[in-house]
Amino acid sequence: MAEASETVSVLDEHGAFRPSPAAEQYADRALALTLDERVGFLRDMVRTRAFDVGAANLQRQGHLALWVPSYGQEAAQVGSARATRPQDSVFPAYREHAVGMIRGLDPIEIIRMYRGTVHGAWDPAANGNFHQYCLVIGSQTLHATGYAMGVQFDGTTATGDPERDEAVIVYFGDGATSQGDSNEALVFAASYQTPQVFFIQNNHWAISVPVERQSRVPLAQRATGFGLPGVRLDGNDVLASYAVTAALLDDARAGRGPALIEALTYRIGGHSSSDDPTKYRTQEELEWWSGRDPLLRLRRHLEGEGVGAEVFESIDAEGADLAADVRRRTIEMPDPPMSEMFEFVYTDPHPVTEAQHAWLRDYEASYGSEQ
Amino acid sequence: MVRALNAGLKKAMADDPKVLLMGEDVGTLGGVFRVTEGLKTEFGPKRVLDTPLAESGIVGTAIGLAMRGYRPICEIQFDGFIYPGFDQITSQLAKITNRHRGAQAMPVVIRVPYGGHIGAVEHHQESPETLFAHTAGLRVVSPSTPNDAYWMIQQAVASNDPVMFFEPKGRYWPKGEVDLDAPAVGLHDSRVVRAGTDATLIGYGPMVSVLLAAAGVAAEEGRSLEVVDVRSLSPVDWDPIVASVEKTGRAIVAHEASGFLGMGAEIAAQLTERAFYSLEAPVLRVTGFDIPFPAARLEKLHLPDADRVLEAVDRAFAY
Repeated sequence: MAEASETVSVLDEHGAFRPSPAAEQYADRALALTLDERVGFLRDMVRTRAFDVGAANLQRQGHLALWVPSYGQEAAQVGSARATRPQDSVFPAYREHAVGMIRGLDPIEIIRMYRGTVHGAWDPAANGNFHQYCLVIGSQTLHATGYAMGVQFDGTTATGDPERDEAVIVYFGDGATSQGDSNEALVFAASYQTPQVFFIQNNHWAISVPVERQSRVPLAQRATGFGLPGVRLDGNDVLASYAVTAALLDDARAGRGPALIEALTYRIGGHSSSDDPTKYRTQEELEWWSGRDPLLRLRRHLEGEGVGAEVFESIDAEGADLAADVRRRTIEMPDPPMSEMFEFVYTDPHPVTEAQHAWLRDYEASYGSEQ
Repeated sequence: MVRALNAGLKKAMADDPKVLLMGEDVGTLGGVFRVTEGLKTEFGPKRVLDTPLAESGIVGTAIGLAMRGYRPICEIQFDGFIYPGFDQITSQLAKITNRHRGAQAMPVVIRVPYGGHIGAVEHHQESPETLFAHTAGLRVVSPSTPNDAYWMIQQAVASNDPVMFFEPKGRYWPKGEVDLDAPAVGLHDSRVVRAGTDATLIGYGPMVSVLLAAAGVAAEEGRSLEVVDVRSLSPVDWDPIVASVEKTGRAIVAHEASGFLGMGAEIAAQLTERAFYSLEAPVLRVTGFDIPFPAARLEKLHLPDADRVLEAVDRAFAY
């Protein structure tokens, strides 16, 4: 295992293939990627950014209640998500838009939630085992760990067949590492040796509070205290994110236990559409990170590999199409019927929600509205 | 009741291999109250989990296990230790089915030994049931007898919704008959446990035996009191309660929890709405005071007893 203070990177800032010393044991996995796969990574990142920017605009125009941008974090998300296998389960925080799309989630489902139409719409079982967004910081880490315990009890992992053995990945942020739940999740995971990867996107800011307030040591280093391997990687390097996550997920599925990844990245946008980052961070910092844009780095890499302009144009057009499609479907999206409030509170029949639903229906009907 | 719960848990685990037991000291030790004694030996360490000491971790991982198709039963060691898990219970467990638009059931049971009468130190004798009854998405029940404990724990495990299962630990040791053939009533049914004509005493869990004692004393004094065991605090089965009060015209609600915004307040409000024209007196409450649960040597002054219940009955008849 690499020293947590060392950072794994595969591409340098200019997109050249130049693995850092800490990348030694992971670089092979990046090298094994075909050019098509790497072009696919760019497609994922461009689509995500187009979707994200489009959604932010929809929010500004009053079509969404809130937007939580992923701008700047695409490499961390795409690389790690592409490292999962179909049988794996994914527990996101709430801005893992790229991960959801890669797992097969129609991004309109994310929109439905941030529009205020539903609290979370999708059934994970029907969407690549991509679980729902979780807004209470760090709560999902425990759900992921419990789920991974279940995988272990089911005996569907560590059988020796990586094509079938299951693993779990959970995403959380630098702020979430201070939560009790995240720490309890690491304790449980270590204790039960769950087949699980903890993926921290350290985007340096928990709304307005810098990561230095959360931790005096690199977050990856914390893993050691729990008895897990911890790896820090350049989160704006999609190949590093892919290679390390793939290796640690495969370790997990092979029965070698959980691991923690800290991906160093940056939230170029605000925490959410309600945030104003100019109040707490400098223009110089923003410019420095903007100069390390993960999309640009991969694009330069692909240009160096001889990928032609027409490919990039086509990918950009695909992103624009996606954003336009999402925009159209958002604006057309109807408000939910009142039954949504009552119908799903309980699985088994419940007299109170049934009676209150009936009452509201009659009450509304008495004013001539129909639901 | 401890043995009845143990037998009920054992039956639930034998009936469904997806049922798991998890909590602090529930395995090798059998729980600090021995409710789970012998179950780890019977079902093994993958079915009975001695977890790390972290209540939020217990509930949070139980949620993940339920997402995976398991039916976990969590033990919270003492009532006053539930708060580290409060967030996972109220913000996650209670809301996940709704958030998934019904696609994800949450068959998790949280067992909580609660209430006073054991002379313990701080945080070991509390009655936090109202906090959970107030939380939509949860079901909240409390047995008062060994027979109910045996059947209600199995019914709770069979529920596809999360159930907060409040065990009156002051009643853990008294014995009672258990009918092994069939449950008398459903999980969410309230029940008249002593018939009477003059006033209705309403309670649940640890209070039912107190109400029955009060009714016994009153009978000797020529007053016929009906006793209703609410059993399910969310949802409440109102019909038997309302029918009783319509018959007697007077109602006294009792619980160990503080009175302010407690179950008694809700029951009084509902009876006012549902049985207004039958009431001869306001619905009166006999509850713990609005204070932190006192030190053990004062608990007798805090907990409602038969005398305080009868004092309230007298007041009800003074109207």
